[in-house]
Amino acid sequence: MPEPLLTVDNLITEFDTDEGRVRAVDDVSFAVEAGETVGIVGESGCGKSVTALSIMRLLPQPMGQIVGGEIRLQGEELTRVELSRMEKIRGNEIGMVFQEPMTALNPVHTIGRQLSEVLFLHKKIDKEQALKESIAMLDKVGIPSPDVRMGEYPHQLSGGMRQRVVIAMALACQPKLLIADEPTTALDVTIQAQILELIKDLQNELGMSVILITHDLGVIAETSQSVVVMYAGKVAEKGSVFDVFDNPTHPYTQGLLASIPRLGTEPKSILSTIDGMVPGLLDLPTGCRFENRCSHHQQICTQSPPPIEQIVEQHQVSCFEWRNIQQELPGSG
Amino acid sequence: MADNQANGTPILQVRDLKMHFPVKEGILLRTGKFNKAVDGVSLEIQPGETLGLVGESGCGKSTLGRCVTRLYQPTDGRILFEGTDITNINGKELMPFRQDIQMIFQDPMESLNARHTVGDIIQEPLVVQKIGDKASRQKRVKELLDTVGLPARSVTRYPFEFSGGQRQRIGIARSIALNPKLIVCDEPVSALDVSIQSQILNLLIELQKEFSLSYLFIAHDLAVVKHISDRIAIMYLGKIVESSDGETVYREARHPYTQSLISAIPVPDPHHKTERQVLIGDVPSPINPPSGCSFHTRCPKVMGECSSQQPNLIPLADAEEHQVSCHLYS
Repeated sequence: MPEPLLTVDNLITEFDTDEGRVRAVDDVSFAVEAGETVGIVGESGCGKSVTALSIMRLLPQPMGQIVGGEIRLQGEELTRVELSRMEKIRGNEIGMVFQEPMTALNPVHTIGRQLSEVLFLHKKIDKEQALKESIAMLDKVGIPSPDVRMGEYPHQLSGGMRQRVVIAMALACQPKLLIADEPTTALDVTIQAQILELIKDLQNELGMSVILITHDLGVIAETSQSVVVMYAGKVAEKGSVFDVFDNPTHPYTQGLLASIPRLGTEPKSILSTIDGMVPGLLDLPTGCRFENRCSHHQQICTQSPPPIEQIVEQHQVSCFEWRNIQQELPGSG
Repeated sequence: MADNQANGTPILQVRDLKMHFPVKEGILLRTGKFNKAVDGVSLEIQPGETLGLVGESGCGKSTLGRCVTRLYQPTDGRILFEGTDITNINGKELMPFRQDIQMIFQDPMESLNARHTVGDIIQEPLVVQKIGDKASRQKRVKELLDTVGLPARSVTRYPFEFSGGQRQRIGIARSIALNPKLIVCDEPVSALDVSIQSQILNLLIELQKEFSLSYLFIAHDLAVVKHISDRIAIMYLGKIVESSDGETVYREARHPYTQSLISAIPVPDPHHKTERQVLIGDVPSPINPPSGCSFHTRCPKVMGECSSQQPNLIPLADAEEHQVSCHLYS
């Protein structure tokens, strides 16, 4: 089997805050194969965005630090690489799309200037050539009359158009990996459909891998081949989308999937819920982090963090009780 | 509440409602154009019923909600609450209706005063309406906290000490403090995480049963709206384009906009293969809406008359309750 494009091994990222040091990402491992889309799903504060920022080495400084683990992109270790080298990797090898396109774009520069800057910096081409390629790139992401749009400012574009520009910037140098952090959360559903379609088309065309970070399980099911479910800084469960959606094994994944209102559910029926709240990062329990909300919890769950165990091939879960849970739900899904 | 169910008067009737905001332009800030946020909407809500209002950002759904609660003075049209016209009344005359119509907002942090304790926030409607004395209000606040599932000790705490879901519970407690008959819920769960969202939806459903509330439930997420609503109205550029019961809207959507809206929703099942109709382009500006049918610029089934003639919201020939505003069916 060829080596994955990106491997994240036992990543630990910490932040210094006024109240003390918090571990936002704790022992997270996953791999991204070439051409694959990996979805990272979880609720606010679960560490999914911090994982992305760690890969990009864009953690807020000096508070955010990678304190353990390895990130390898095609064999190159990224956590200790020189910043000058990292600047080359960003944009050239890894592109990133953020949630809110208005804050990702500079409001006082034209679209053309921001887009051609990427090409100018990374590709060592002259300005004229960079402008020409920028127009071609805007055309590729489906912006009508790209030559006119080049001279416009971000506020003159709609939300969907701005996100297209951000995607054009992220993909200008044809990176091998695109990290999209909630790329459609700020957009309407019909625009979300356009953007997801666009990412899929460009992925096929350029053969890149995508890490898609979202809280929307629907978006994951539609776009990803693999999924990593995160909870309070740790991986709760990971596997192929079919493994995780057909046979959710971690009580948290089960709870998440059961609590979404679907178009097919009985109107006004009581939805199943996950009681309680995510523990704060400042006072994490010593045992399993989901223990206080879990209906399957046992004595052992409070004593030590559960190891990540294999269910079948790629499907892994971090839960002491998963064997018993699976027996209770024969052939669920 | 019960007397209205008996005589069959809808709790809320909205007739041809228009809310046009002036757009000031130029150095002299003259009003040249109008933002037609709501442009001729009619709807009805029966006692104990939930009407879901779905649409994308800028379609006017929140403006409509704010007209109904009379936070805005509508430009034209009529709003009847239990048969009484409340469109143009103000001040003291409006006060009793404020008791009956309450609102839950999207962002519970912005809609709760950060400097007030939870107790003060929840009893404020009682103070404004001069209901009860201090002791009885405090008792009522405790009751309300219990109803929405918050501990009684929350009274002396401040909003920042609570999570998003709990804050939304505080907002809900405030909205039911006056025993209202109608609550306008404006995107009450869209700022919340999935696992918290279901807790709040359950709470709203339980409260409706317990207090026979009527809801105008405004949201962009069709799956959420379908879950909580009896009937659904789909809005596009200030107008209702389709309305029926939830099941019909989902399974037999007729308007091309509703159809593409449903097909755009990502389904949390990797085996599900959607035949997706991806709409081209963006929603046009409500300041300068397209002529004829406002959806014709993005419609996959556009015909000749669509750009010139405005369709009316009329019942389908084969289903009285199912209304569609589209030339395909007229």
